[in-house]
Amino acid sequence: MKVAIVKYNAGNIYSVIHALQRLGVEPVLTDDAAQLREADRVVFPGQGEASTAMRYLRERGLDRVIRELQQPVLGICIGQQLMCSHSEEGDTECLGIFDVPVQRFVPQRHEDKVPHMGWNQLERPKGTLMRGIGDGEFVYFVHSFYVPLCRQTAAETQYTLPFSAALEQGNFMATQFHPEKSGSVGERILRNFLEQE
Amino acid sequence: MLAKRIIPCLDVKDGQTVKGTNFVNLRQAGDPVELGRAYSEQGADELVFLDITASHEGRKTFADVVRRVAAEVSIPFTVGGGISELADVERMLAAGADKVSINSAALRRPELIDEVASRFGSQVCVVAIDARLGPDGWRCYLNGGRIPTERDLFDWAHEANSRGAGEILFTSMNHDGVKTGFACEALDRLSQLLTIPVIASGGAGRMEHFRDAFTLGNADAALAASVFHFGEISIPELKQYLRNEGICVR
Repeated sequence: MKVAIVKYNAGNIYSVIHALQRLGVEPVLTDDAAQLREADRVVFPGQGEASTAMRYLRERGLDRVIRELQQPVLGICIGQQLMCSHSEEGDTECLGIFDVPVQRFVPQRHEDKVPHMGWNQLERPKGTLMRGIGDGEFVYFVHSFYVPLCRQTAAETQYTLPFSAALEQGNFMATQFHPEKSGSVGERILRNFLEQE
Repeated sequence: MLAKRIIPCLDVKDGQTVKGTNFVNLRQAGDPVELGRAYSEQGADELVFLDITASHEGRKTFADVVRRVAAEVSIPFTVGGGISELADVERMLAAGADKVSINSAALRRPELIDEVASRFGSQVCVVAIDARLGPDGWRCYLNGGRIPTERDLFDWAHEANSRGAGEILFTSMNHDGVKTGFACEALDRLSQLLTIPVIASGGAGRMEHFRDAFTLGNADAALAASVFHFGEISIPELKQYLRNEGICVR
């Protein structure tokens, strides 16, 4: 199986590469349109800031390439946010794959620290990516912006409010959390992504 | 709910863990990678690897350890020890660390925090503080607790927070190694004062101590070394105990 990771200016991708290698896959890291289009699976990872990431993608025409991919695509963390319509981070126009805007967490109490960082629970998991994942399983998050609940929500998490921990629409899937850092639950989710029909 | 985190800390010297272990049947109890993986499988939420090597050769060995941990362990981990400039942080992140803990270097040159945060993001920047409670209150120490300073713990923690630290790892030197519990009063003051997570360190001896760090100290995470390494407390038992005490753990 050919798995491509979108190469762009968004932070630490080593952990995604290692997690895929632990599942027996040797991914290629590329920003080449043809290589991305030909892959069986495309992972769109990321940490970083939305506006600089989008600018980088646009300058290289990768925004269109990603939007038009036909195979299963998995966005992770900022990858998920960039797949939405717009982000409050840097007032950024995003890819628009998921028709929902990204918002910043507003702390309700002193205990609500931003970024939301650490292990939190998945609620109401459903769809291809979440197959076999139980209600209440813990996964690892690090983020200050979130995707509100919407019709593409594939799992919810509660932090100051319920938000979309995962999204799914056709071949496009995304997680706000880091499956590559989420122990055995994360491995199951990555395997679901790789092994779907 | 966001879970309280349990973090074993491993001291690494010349590529080997320093403190003895007798808690799991490891082929190589001295191998930090294998020990880290064992803790991960037991339910540790994060790991900290501290490089206590002095030599240049040892430092290179540590980078290899970090690379192997990144390849083999599927939970977040922090590395620290001897991080003195931006290039050290970059090297550790390039080796696959999720977070880097800076201590003396930040206290000596606080701008390092701004630099790390703006270059790599606050989430990678853990500021570790060693402090001791004396007649004049809590004072910060340099070089692993060897050199006292005039700097006040709360003042420094607040500055680190403002400069962009992602977390504060506070070790009470009064409590460290004594096994009579964490410095809950100071922890509570820190968590009221700061807008970032606080990791409690120093003093873990019994399971109740972890509970108190979370309930009395309002810590977001608790770190310990010897109680885990010597098998005095097992992580699955600790998690079950905390769950029974009404604390949210993974």
